[in-house]
Parts: sequence; structure tokens; C-alpha cells
Amino acid sequence: MYQLALSRMREFYREPEAVFWVFGFPIVLAFALGLAFRNTGPGKLQVGVASGPGDSAVVATLALSPRLVPTVLDTATARLRLRTGRIALFVIPGDSVVYRYDSTRTESGLARLEVDDVLQRARGRKDLVRVRDDRVVAPGSRYIDFLIPGLLGMNLLGSGIWGVGFSVVQARQRKLLKRYMATPMRRSHYLLSFILSRLVFLIVEVVALVGFGWLLFGVAVRGSFTSLAGITVLGSFSFAGLGLLVASRAKTIEGVSGLMNLVMLPMWILSGTFFSYSRFPDAMIPFVKALPLTALNDALRAVMIDGAAVTTLGTPLAIVVAWGAVSFVIALKIFRWR
Amino acid sequence: MKRFADVVAVAGLDLSVGAGECFGLLGPNGAGKTTTIEILEGLTPPDSGDVEILGMRWQDGAPGRALRERLGIQLQETQLADKLTVSEVLALFRSFYRQSHTVDEVLALVELEEKRHARVVTLSGGQKQRLAVACALVSKPELLFLDEPTTGLDPQSRRQLWEIIRRFRADGGTVLLTTHYMEEAERLCDRVAIMDHGKIIAQGTPKELIASLGADHVVDFALTEGSTADDLVEILQQMGGVSAVRTGPDGVSLTVVELHRALPALLGLLKERGVELSLLTTHHATLDDVFVALTGRQLRDT
Repeated sequence: MYQLALSRMREFYREPEAVFWVFGFPIVLAFALGLAFRNTGPGKLQVGVASGPGDSAVVATLALSPRLVPTVLDTATARLRLRTGRIALFVIPGDSVVYRYDSTRTESGLARLEVDDVLQRARGRKDLVRVRDDRVVAPGSRYIDFLIPGLLGMNLLGSGIWGVGFSVVQARQRKLLKRYMATPMRRSHYLLSFILSRLVFLIVEVVALVGFGWLLFGVAVRGSFTSLAGITVLGSFSFAGLGLLVASRAKTIEGVSGLMNLVMLPMWILSGTFFSYSRFPDAMIPFVKALPLTALNDALRAVMIDGAAVTTLGTPLAIVVAWGAVSFVIALKIFRWR
Repeated sequence: MKRFADVVAVAGLDLSVGAGECFGLLGPNGAGKTTTIEILEGLTPPDSGDVEILGMRWQDGAPGRALRERLGIQLQETQLADKLTVSEVLALFRSFYRQSHTVDEVLALVELEEKRHARVVTLSGGQKQRLAVACALVSKPELLFLDEPTTGLDPQSRRQLWEIIRRFRADGGTVLLTTHYMEEAERLCDRVAIMDHGKIIAQGTPKELIASLGADHVVDFALTEGSTADDLVEILQQMGGVSAVRTGPDGVSLTVVELHRALPALLGLLKERGVELSLLTTHHATLDDVFVALTGRQLRDT
């Protein structure tokens, strides 16, 4: 079994493309998304001011607010920029000021409040209640903090299913499975060798992604590393089991690719990898939560962001383990060995 | 017996192979050779019938594995992992057996020492095939199964493989191989069984089978276009020294006992009739001729 696992690893690391998709791709993805959604303090709001009499006065007033970046624009340009999201709000000065904006956009709503506040005060509105800001920076509240555990989960799913699925189907297609059957090799050893080799790659995957997040974006692991390791091992076993199930009957690479996508795509979307699954309708949530990737992502986030102890994560981890165990048993039963 | 869907691939055959023997299953593609050998190897369960290997029957679990320890198997069209090196593949296969040759020993057996660190993908067809045989030999088997070990190989690679098989036998090993090369069977095998359409149509030593033709030589001839040989057949059958006459799309084939008498007589007859030859060849009778005699078809191109 040691030799089988060793062969599996050799076959893998001698396939540069596979190495990239498993290790490199999630890091590139994390980098790109981390950059795009990086927090630059409270965002500056771009505001357009209609050209005409009094525009420069309005611009000067708005410029007093540190959050607003006012620009004088003609109506046509403003319409275009509003549509493409380059300005959040268009102000048309006059006796009664008009705010033109898309009310479904969060930043437009913010801009309206801020602009209105500044303009009203400039006209002499007095604050009636004294307020004091007490700013709190919640740990792990940035998008990248949310993203890294999700990518970790997605990566475990992807490499589990791809890594196991393709190897199995390729061996079957090349009649290598049949050749192994002609030796005294135990069948369970063959299947377990996948799980064993996955364990080794797992270490590399987790260290690479978590290390990357920490170095570049300062994404910290708030819980214990032991918990993180334990959860990723469970997740990896579970997805290797799922990978075996997906590959248990398929005879061709094309066939198994389709099946893999069928299994993985819904989970990528539903399981809260890139955005929270709480955006889905309430009726869907129980189903979404029953998916192994959702459970794994939840557990990973609980440990990395909230610093939760493993003992509090019974339910999601039970879901992860159940998926893996059931898939493995079914795979063993229906596996096509020839 | 073995059925696939509604095709009966192998329909009832009886054969026994003695220890130390080299036995060849011979036949055209689709004759059922591979199905037969895979039933014997315990890879395909038969629908009915009995298989006994080294005094044991195929069973699941430990008894089956114990039997596999004693066998060496090379399958048709197995592709070993491209990315592994020769010695890695052998180390892997070696790890499946309790008792085995070292990687060095088995590399020496198949003369692949120089390719030890080469990846499988870089090997030539002949080298790949020798590696496949090496994987079968690594377990120090008592019985070696080879399914078309030389199909598609160049003559030199083929001879190298024959040599490996001879050496294995010299150490007391038993071999069961399939082939559709009659020459291979004649050279390597003590006994052969000729298969066609899932049945054994002849069995014996190559010499016995050739002798069953009742003649040593085969004369093939064809006439120029426009000439017909139909009425010749009867006359030829009466001719001295001719034991059988067959007409086919390519011409006429005679099995003859005494070539020195039959050939002049044939030429005399044709001259008398005023027909011209477009082809005339003679050769010593081979297993190919046995197959043609039994089925009326050529072995290679069926």
C-alpha cells in the first residue's frame, strides 16, 4: 500500500499541469479576489455634480467631506458613469436639489446620505443630538478572511475529486485496474492508497494556501492549528471518498469529467465559497447546509475566523464524515474493477 | 463457457496443460483466446464449467490471493503508468507479492537494466512489452500467462521476448500463451490448441497437427485472368502425390506429399491445357496451413 500511495504521488507531481491546478490555481484566485475586494478603509464615494450655475459651490461644499470625491459632469456623461458604476450618485443643484442614483446599489444609498448630510449642514442645519463615533474593527471581517477558508474547502473538494477520479478512471481505461486485479493486491489497499496519498498532498495544499493568505493578506488562523489540521484531514478523506464514488463506474475520462462537474459545480455555487450561502432563500438553506462542502466551509471558518474549538463543530463535521463514509462504502460496493 | 450479451465467446472447451509445458492457444482475432485465458486467470468468471489451476480453483479472498501469488500474468493492451520509471513500476508490482525477485534481478531477466530510470512513456513498443512481462515475472511465478505477448512487435523485439520465455521455461516454469502468429507457436510451444469461433478445433503438438494434413508441402498457384481452374480440381485430386485440393479467391492450394512428383505433373497438366500461371509458390506445411485446412480461411486476415 505504501508503494501504491508512492506511485500515486509520483504520477501526480510529475504532471505539472495537475500540480498547478491543485496548488497554484487557488492561490492565484485568492490573490486576484483578495486584491479586488481589499479593504481600503471606508471607501471613497465618487459623486457627479451637474454642470451649470452654482456647480462649483456645490463641489466645494461636498469636498469638505473626506468620504466624497465630487466631479463636475454634463448630464450625458453622468448618465453613462452612473450606469457603469463609476459614480455612485449624481447631484443636480438648483432651488431644490435632485439626487439621481440607483437605489439598489448600497454605495449609492451611502452617497445619498452623506451628500445630503453635507449639503444640509452647509445650509445651516443644526445637529440636535450630540453623537460620538466608537469605531470597532471586527477581527476577520474582511472579504479575504471570508474567502481563504472557502477556497481551502473548495480546493480540498477539487483535488479530492479530481485527484482520485481521474487516476481511477485512467487506470481503468488503460486496463491497469484489471492488471492489478491479476495480482494478490488487496482491493481495499488500492482504494486506501488514494486516501493516504491525498493526506500527503493535503499538507502541502493547506500550508500553501493558509501560508499565502497569512503572508500577503495577514489572514490569521484564530483557532488552533490542530483543529484546522483535524478538519482538513476529515474533509480530505470525505472528498476522496466522494471522488471514488464518482469514479466507481465511469469508463472514460469524458464520462467522469461530466460527473465531476455535476458534483462540484453546485457545491461551488451553493456552499458559500465566494459569498455567504445565507443569500439563498430560506427554504433552500437546510439543503445547502447538508452539502459536505458547506459543512466543511462552516467548520473551517469557525476555526479560522472565530477561533472556535473543534468540540463545538459536531454537526458540520458529522455531515462531512457521513458523506465520506457513505460514499466510500457505496464506492466499494459498486466499483468496476475491470 | 462464456457468453457476452447474446454472443457466445467461448463455447465449451477442454484443455489441460502439464507442469513445465509451454502451451499455445492459437487462433484469429475474435476466436475467444483472450476470454479463455482470462477465465483461466480468474479475471472473468465463466458462466459454466470448471477451471483448476495448480490444483486450486478460483475463490474470492485469501485463497484466491494465495493462488495469485504463484501466477505471473501479462494482459493484452495493459498500459502501465506513463509517468513512472521502469524500476518504480517493478517496485510497485513487487510490493504486491510476498515472495519476489528484486528489481535488479527482474531487470536482468528481461534485459532492461539500461532503461531502469527511463519513464514508461519513453519506452519503445518492444521495451514496454518486456516491462509488462517483467511485471509478470517479478513474483517468481510457477505458471506464466501471456496474452499475445508479441503482437505488433518488430521481429527483433519478438525474438527477444521468445528468449525471455525460453529462459523462464529452462528454470522449470510453465507457460500458457495466446498468439495469432503460427510461427511463434511452432517455435515456442510444446503443444498448441487451435481456436476458432470459441471452440477448439484441433489440439496437439505442432508436429502432430502439421502431420495431420497428411502432407509435407503446400503448393499455391493462380492462373492468369480468364482461365478457370474449376474443372482442374477433379483431375488434380487424382494426381499422384497430391493429398488435398482447395480453391479460394486467390487461387488453388494443393497439399502434396511428394513435391518432386506433383510439381512436374501440375506443370505438365497446365501446359497441356494451354493455361498460364500468374503465381506459383511452394512451402513446407505450417500451422497456418492446418488452420486453412480446418476452416477454409486464412488465419492472419480473418
